[in-house]
Amino acid sequence: MSEWIEACSVDDVEEEDLIRFDHGGRTYAIYRSPDDEFYATDGLCTHEQVHLADGLVMDHIIECPKHNGRFDYRTGEAKGAPVCVNLRTYPTRVENGTVFISVE
Amino acid sequence: MSTSAIVIAGAGECGTRAAFALREHGYQGAVILIGEEPHFPYERPPLSKSPGAGPKTVADREKFQAAGIEFLSGVCVRTIDRAAREIGLGDGRTIPYHKLLLATGAAPKLFPGMEGARTFRALGDAQAVHGQLAPGRHLVVVGGGFIGLELAAAARIAGADVTVVEAADRLMPRIVPAEIAAIAEAEHRDKGVSLFLGTGVVSATERQVTLSDGRMVEGDLVVAGVGVAPNTALAEAAGLAVDNGIVVDGCFATSDPDIFAAGDCCSFPYRGRNVRLESWRAARDQADHAAAAILGAEELYAAVPWFWSDQYGLTLQVAGLPAPVARTTRRACGNGAFILFEQDADGVLVAASGIGTGNAVAKDIRLAEMLIGKGVPVEADALADPAVNLKKLLRGQE
Repeated sequence: MSEWIEACSVDDVEEEDLIRFDHGGRTYAIYRSPDDEFYATDGLCTHEQVHLADGLVMDHIIECPKHNGRFDYRTGEAKGAPVCVNLRTYPTRVENGTVFISVE
Repeated sequence: MSTSAIVIAGAGECGTRAAFALREHGYQGAVILIGEEPHFPYERPPLSKSPGAGPKTVADREKFQAAGIEFLSGVCVRTIDRAAREIGLGDGRTIPYHKLLLATGAAPKLFPGMEGARTFRALGDAQAVHGQLAPGRHLVVVGGGFIGLELAAAARIAGADVTVVEAADRLMPRIVPAEIAAIAEAEHRDKGVSLFLGTGVVSATERQVTLSDGRMVEGDLVVAGVGVAPNTALAEAAGLAVDNGIVVDGCFATSDPDIFAAGDCCSFPYRGRNVRLESWRAARDQADHAAAAILGAEELYAAVPWFWSDQYGLTLQVAGLPAPVARTTRRACGNGAFILFEQDADGVLVAASGIGTGNAVAKDIRLAEMLIGKGVPVEADALADPAVNLKKLLRGQE
């Protein structure tokens, strides 16, 4: 069963940046793209479980702050060594200035 | 197309990465990777950060098989016959190559009189040391650089007593500015490490260090982390140019166009001088670049050096290389974390060093790395102002 969870306000995330969001014992990353869309992925890099929240977003790529593993945060696709396992993504929707993500 | 292989001597981070990069770049011929250690290739950075954690394997049997890479372990490359284009192994075998990559790495140094101390570089060292890191044990570290301090932090976390002896009057003198070293020093003192700064070591045995002022420090284990020397003997014997590392051009070719060198063992051109790096990131970046160059790419290597260290909850990151600088600018990153930017007389950023809890400085150091790569002047006021997003500064330069 998936449910929509209130994650943050749209103003909490700067354009082309991300924040950390914790819920139900799991941790997520919420992104705001340069074209003002919102995306959500698992919070931890698939390489060494480092949280992506301190990483750098350039265009549609999030880069892990520790070892520079790169992912397309829209699809979760790993963009090459040292990461080879894709990042899990979650649907998002925005309603009245609030960002919701759909988690299981 | 030659039937002989691309042979890689050295299965550390660089050699292993290069083997897989050859495949990623589409090379379908034979690739042979030769490692002196008996294990599958593993990551070195975790060894000093968490010596008891066990190896993090980079590539195992399945991964080599899937990529069609032949991996020979537990054997050294002893000779290079450049005329015959073949290498000789320690077990007497010879292997022909059409291109050879030397990724022979570096080996810990010991100064005369210190021969009894243990060095720390390989998985075997971590396995031998970690059992000694326990309450009631006393670890004595010679050298206050990254390796020694990471090991000191791991030992304190494990409950051992720790003494660190450093000849300079501060920690990490070769790598980071004094203001950053001072933060790390305070943390080590706070965590109970005994520090002897400005103190040389006359001699060291397995369990005892004699200091330059005549005092003696006894422990259960003495580990020396006083730097490394590039493994160049093989290259030298083959007549390749060597000068503090195997000398390569911007494509990692040695003085023999069929032989390349990359990683800790090579000395490569960086901004008008030749440098040698001891760095995980450089080992990987150079492996990628050398693999492409071996297959004919002509682009010159231009990556900006990048280092990191973890000590307790602190992370330290450095981009660029310290050089004579005209101006140092401090930028606060919140919660006590900060970055020091170093600019030359033209205002071009040449280095940035940051320290803070967790990954507080990571994003701005990464942006600093890109600004350094651009090599254009930036406003010091903007670097100093936490409200100015360095990303905008970077884009402003585009």
